[in-house]
Amino acid sequence: MIRFSHVSKHYDGVAVIHDLNFTAEAGEVLVLLGGSGSGKTTTLRMINRLSEPSSGSIEVAGQPIQGLPGHVLRRQIGYVFQQVGLFPHMTLAENIAITPRLLGWDRARIQQRVDDLLRQIELSPEQHRERFPGQLSGGQRQRVGVARALAAEPQVLLLDEPFGALDALTRSRLQQFFKVLQQRLRFTAIFVTHDVAEALLLADRIAVMHEGRIQQLDKPMALLREPATDYVAELMATPRGQAEFISQLLAAAPDKPQGPDTGVPDR
Amino acid sequence: MNPRLQSALDQLPDLLTAHLQLTLLAITLATAISVPLGVFAVRRERLKQPILAVAGVIQTIPALALLAVMVPTLSGLGLPGIGFLPALLGLTLYCLLPILWGTVTGLSEVDPAMIDAARGVGMDDHQRLRLVEFPLAMPVLVSGLRTSTVWGVGMATLSTPIGAPSLGHLIFSGLQTRNYTAVLVGCIAAAVLSQLLDRLVQGLEVGFSRRRPKLLWFSGCALAALALFALVSAVLTGSTQRSEPVRIGGKAFTEQYILGEILGQEVGVLGLPVEQTPSLGSSVVFDALDRGDIDLYVDYSGTIWTMVMGRKEIPTQRALVLKEVQTYLQRAHDITVVAALGYENTYALAMPEKLAAQHGITTISDLARVSQRMEIGGDFEFFERPEWRALQSTYGLVFAENRAMETALLYQAAEQGKVAVITAYSTDGRLSAFHMRVLIDDLGAIPPYDAILLASAQLSKRYPEVIRQLSRLEGKVSAKAMRELNDRVDLHEEAPETAAQTFRQTLPWVQGSRD
Repeated sequence: MIRFSHVSKHYDGVAVIHDLNFTAEAGEVLVLLGGSGSGKTTTLRMINRLSEPSSGSIEVAGQPIQGLPGHVLRRQIGYVFQQVGLFPHMTLAENIAITPRLLGWDRARIQQRVDDLLRQIELSPEQHRERFPGQLSGGQRQRVGVARALAAEPQVLLLDEPFGALDALTRSRLQQFFKVLQQRLRFTAIFVTHDVAEALLLADRIAVMHEGRIQQLDKPMALLREPATDYVAELMATPRGQAEFISQLLAAAPDKPQGPDTGVPDR
Repeated sequence: MNPRLQSALDQLPDLLTAHLQLTLLAITLATAISVPLGVFAVRRERLKQPILAVAGVIQTIPALALLAVMVPTLSGLGLPGIGFLPALLGLTLYCLLPILWGTVTGLSEVDPAMIDAARGVGMDDHQRLRLVEFPLAMPVLVSGLRTSTVWGVGMATLSTPIGAPSLGHLIFSGLQTRNYTAVLVGCIAAAVLSQLLDRLVQGLEVGFSRRRPKLLWFSGCALAALALFALVSAVLTGSTQRSEPVRIGGKAFTEQYILGEILGQEVGVLGLPVEQTPSLGSSVVFDALDRGDIDLYVDYSGTIWTMVMGRKEIPTQRALVLKEVQTYLQRAHDITVVAALGYENTYALAMPEKLAAQHGITTISDLARVSQRMEIGGDFEFFERPEWRALQSTYGLVFAENRAMETALLYQAAEQGKVAVITAYSTDGRLSAFHMRVLIDDLGAIPPYDAILLASAQLSKRYPEVIRQLSRLEGKVSAKAMRELNDRVDLHEEAPETAAQTFRQTLPWVQGSRD
């Protein structure tokens, strides 16, 4: 569905993406995982031409993306923004309807679609259509963000750390919500995150990025079992370390007092 | 009702309409220029500061000067130098900056994440501007527009001295004729108009951004109705004028308002339409006649002698100056001196009677002995005029300080002892009202100032009957009569129009049955 061939990108002569080659299959959730400055967001933004590669080519659904003007291409690809990106001066219905409107859908079809999507994201259309983004909670806003990206029935959805700014509980719920939604609608998703647990939870495959290169691209299990580089190994060790830490905490339960509580688990 | 209030209210509808036309059109033009310019400036970061700087410089020019500069500029381009066009241009320039600033600031402050989102959902540049950037910039943009609206309404009052009718007419003529009722009516009307327009623009913005369709509709319809009214009335005044009017100009002091009315009434007798353009700046009015923007006004021989002919020597014989001025104007400017009205209104120095008596001052020579301890107040022109230089060189006059101020305020300044000596026009009714002593020009430094009626070349060609009718005014106005007329207006609160009617009763061809 999405194919990168020898894609590089320079900013002012400094290379930020080095010769990327990978393919995301149709219906797959491919997570780009990496720290800040790893090039994962730049990679994502090149897919819908929010950013242009310096060399190489990218194909979406078998067509080179250079073949279409950027704004026309972007109407065919859903995009969920890191900071939500809902337009504060538009109602939820108007926000969701924006891409269909740009595509010239007729009014009835747009309204049908908006109500449909509001139901999908578990907001009742009657109560929420005319609301403004400022009247929603962070989690609700991000669900609307996903609905807006899906409004024009794109085959490809790009998500740039969509749940990064949310609290842990909301994030966890939205991850579940996203998983269910993706399994129902079967769109191809490129999902950028720096959260290893989130990547493991959502990804069909994970591309670990570091310093503008893909370190390893494989199924979550393969990354955990056979990390290709030290960086991948170290990265994959983080959730395991946290899990172990938590189980130690649980093991040092308060019904077994062991001297003064220092807050640090016993070794 | 108080006759002054009645007279001010009678003039109000026309002046308010003219004011509205001028302001609405200027603000519309300023918006049409500033908003695209602002978008351009934001899109081209390098040009943003230079564009804002230029608009800022225009803003620092005092409003009155900006308007006044339009007169020679437009004249130089061969366009009408006085009236609606220069006022509109000056006002438009003045209204540019707040809207430009609002547009640039509003657009610059749009969160980059919003611009990114707009691109991400598939908007092209134009859609992004229309659907996202403008709506988000709107509150700041509109605050700029509202500033322009309020300034515009206020500044439009200053377009009176360059010949565009506005509420400023009530204020300027009111100040000069001590008719504070008119001043107040003009100020209140301008304030109400400015508040009204401001609220409507605000209503438009709030109705739009807060989704209050009723408010949006109400404000929009009210503004549209005002604009339509301004437009229709402009078209109507344009089309009802069947024959070319006789355009009468005048300077901004009491005597000139009365003379304008006398001329208007005399021309009206002939059944010709009259258009009055009073309260013109005294440097503007001669140029306006010379260019044919007005047809008639009364000037003074000494003013033409020193200011137009640029003569340095000061002759004292009235007849000689009159003769030379007449010949010069006809030859060099094709301007006809229709009549010398018969009185002189000279520049004079005056002091409060008490103060003069105290120092034993009756002549300017007396004054020169003690003047270095006194302050003098003069009108804006005076200290630049050759008469002042002549007074200084002839009498060796030196004052502790020279203060230039609005003529209407000179008398109060003298009364309150803020200045000891003021410049005055010898026919001014306020001289007696404020108990002022006019000092005798014993060494003859000030030229004669015969009131002369001047007519443009085109008037002489188009309406010779007007010239004939008005030439009968030759010698018909004595200095005493003129002073009395000024008194009627300045002291007894008569309208200049009424004073003019009273005067015309003394004219032989008005008194009897017309033949």
